Amino acid sequence: MNLLPKTAEYVERLLPRYPQKRSAMLMVLHAIQEEQGYISREAMEWTAQKLEVTPIQVYEVVTFYPMFRQAPIGRRHVKVCRTLSCALRGAYRVCDSLQENLACGLGQTSEDGNFTVEFVECVAACGSAPVVMVDDKIHENITPEKAPDFAAKLKTETTAAMPPSRH
Amino acid sequence: MPSERRIIYRHIDEPGYTTDLACYQRSGGYEVLRKSVLRKPEELVQEVKDAGLKGRGGAGFPCGMKWGFLDRKSGKPVYLICNADESEPGSYKDRQIIYKDPHQLIEGVVCSAFAIQAKLAFIYIRGEMFEGFRILERAIEEARVANFVGNNILGSGYSVDIIVHRGAGCYICGEETGLIESLEGKRGYPRIKPPYFPAVLGLYNCPTIVNNVETLCQVKHVLDMGGKEFAKIGVPADSGTHIWGLSGHVMRPGYYEIEAGKATVRDLLYDFAGGPPPGRSFKALIPGGSSMKILRFGEKFKVKLPDGSAGEWGVLDIPLDGASFMQCGTAMGTGGMIVMDDSADMVEALSNLNSFYAHESCGQCTPCREGSLWLKRITTRVCNGGGRLEDIDLVKNVADQIAGRTICAHGEAVAWPCQSNVPKFRDEWEAKIRAQMQAREHADENAPAVRKGMRLV
Ligand SMILES: Cc1cc2nc3c(=O)[nH]c(=O)nc-3n(C[C@H](O)[C@H](O)[C@H](O)COP(=O)(O)O)c2cc1C
Ligand code: SF4
Ligand code: FES
Repeated sequence: MNLLPKTAEYVERLLPRYPQKRSAMLMVLHAIQEEQGYISREAMEWTAQKLEVTPIQVYEVVTFYPMFRQAPIGRRHVKVCRTLSCALRGAYRVCDSLQENLACGLGQTSEDGNFTVEFVECVAACGSAPVVMVDDKIHENITPEKAPDFAAKLKTETTAAMPPSRH
Repeated sequence: MPSERRIIYRHIDEPGYTTDLACYQRSGGYEVLRKSVLRKPEELVQEVKDAGLKGRGGAGFPCGMKWGFLDRKSGKPVYLICNADESEPGSYKDRQIIYKDPHQLIEGVVCSAFAIQAKLAFIYIRGEMFEGFRILERAIEEARVANFVGNNILGSGYSVDIIVHRGAGCYICGEETGLIESLEGKRGYPRIKPPYFPAVLGLYNCPTIVNNVETLCQVKHVLDMGGKEFAKIGVPADSGTHIWGLSGHVMRPGYYEIEAGKATVRDLLYDFAGGPPPGRSFKALIPGGSSMKILRFGEKFKVKLPDGSAGEWGVLDIPLDGASFMQCGTAMGTGGMIVMDDSADMVEALSNLNSFYAHESCGQCTPCREGSLWLKRITTRVCNGGGRLEDIDLVKNVADQIAGRTICAHGEAVAWPCQSNVPKFRDEWEAKIRAQMQAREHADENAPAVRKGMRLV
């Protein structure tokens, strides 16, 4: 398992803080995904060993929590909130517009590998709906009118040199 | 016009106010902790009981009473968990505290931990709050250096560490026992009560208190002003202030902190939030997070007025406190109010929520797992033009068979929106479905156009 020293050291510091090692599960998996962009089978085995649990006990966690994934995605992870408060202010039209302007189907990755567009459930920013998260950043009041410019900006920011999204 | 009374949000959005410790201390930060650690923990618990403080996480359970349930006889360590999972649709009040005034939360956590003599405290923050996590970690580091967190806090002999722990995208991990399972490194499957009342068998089967972010901040203010003084704010059945977070169809969505019971829905929607968009009128509102029962404008509620006499309220007349919403057959929940004007299609609105709950069911109980999926399928079909008149009762019947038959209150969260929306908007359901039936009959001719999908706007 090739983890950067930074990540491995972080995990070493993390574990003794918890009364039981297994409790650090989500935090360790987040750290791995934020380095590698996804949770590989090897990473699950490594985590199991670190936390002194069986690999299946890691696997059942990875498959339960929507934020964890088992394969890399596009360079930018575009998450459009679709829940009621956002939908009432046009979230579905925002999502259509982003799909069109980023040339990316819903739940898919664009052909150039730049974007993955997904619907997500309420991200707790309903007062400034519609809300779109890109990687670890939240963008508020992205109305259907503003969506094309928002997409254009994302396109100029994103280059082929960037690694797959880690968020 | 009633005005806001900002206690919890006093410094939120104040120009120049930052998340730094120095800034927090300039406005009196950590003084409550300083005086609290000099007192007996039991006294602090009594203050919280005297205050009549109710939990702000949605269920409104009295905080002091919950603390009183802690099993002290077992001799096991006690844990405090701050629930910062904030994932009830419509709710975004805790986010403001975490992002803009993290030290207020940390002071609330340490004061509460001292009061219940917790060995260790956790803040379980939803995974999508990436920045919130960093802000809290940084703030705790600052507080540790200043000896407000960590060993022998302010020379009191009491020590407590705070671990900020990230969730990973599950609504059900906001349910307190699901959260505990998650914090043990497992799937967030809620536990059955009894026997798993957290105050007795919580984290690692040790006595555990789970409180919402805002509740723990309120505790700081209870200890600051004293329980009896705090109880004078608001109304007898509901003390303190409430943060109302408005979203949906109002001119000024946003958060407003108001003394409990001292303003009405009318004041909130018109004076604070600027009314409906031009040319629109209000149709419906969900008082506090999407799980609560919906109210229809035009409904009348038979109520008991504060002086004991019988009265009648319309939706706009409802005073903004927990007890008043209960009188109207719903609950204020988290105060995350979702407002809909006459442009909203109520079948689509319900279908939107059904998709949410079907996605979030953890799958342990058959009624919730299967029921939420059926409800989603039925309402999605109705939205897509395939409605049948019998679907109306079907939705209600399926919902009726979920509530009360599950391990956790997610069952009620699935059922309540259906159980309230369907009877209250039956006319809309019938009209929509009849139009679809007509369109299907004339499929070959010039079919009348029917609205399809669940896009809402
Ligand atoms: C499905 C479900 C989701 C919940 N989500 C949250 C949440 O995100 N935040 C929260 O504070 N409480 C949430 N709760 C309520 C908690 O179970 C618990 O009652 C609360 O954290 C207790 O805090 P309080 O007494 O301070 O209100 C949820 C409950 C259920 C049934
Ligand atoms: S009610 Fe639903 S969410 Fe709660 S334990 Fe049962 S299946 Fe899981
Ligand atoms: S509904 Fe989109 S942030 Fe809450």
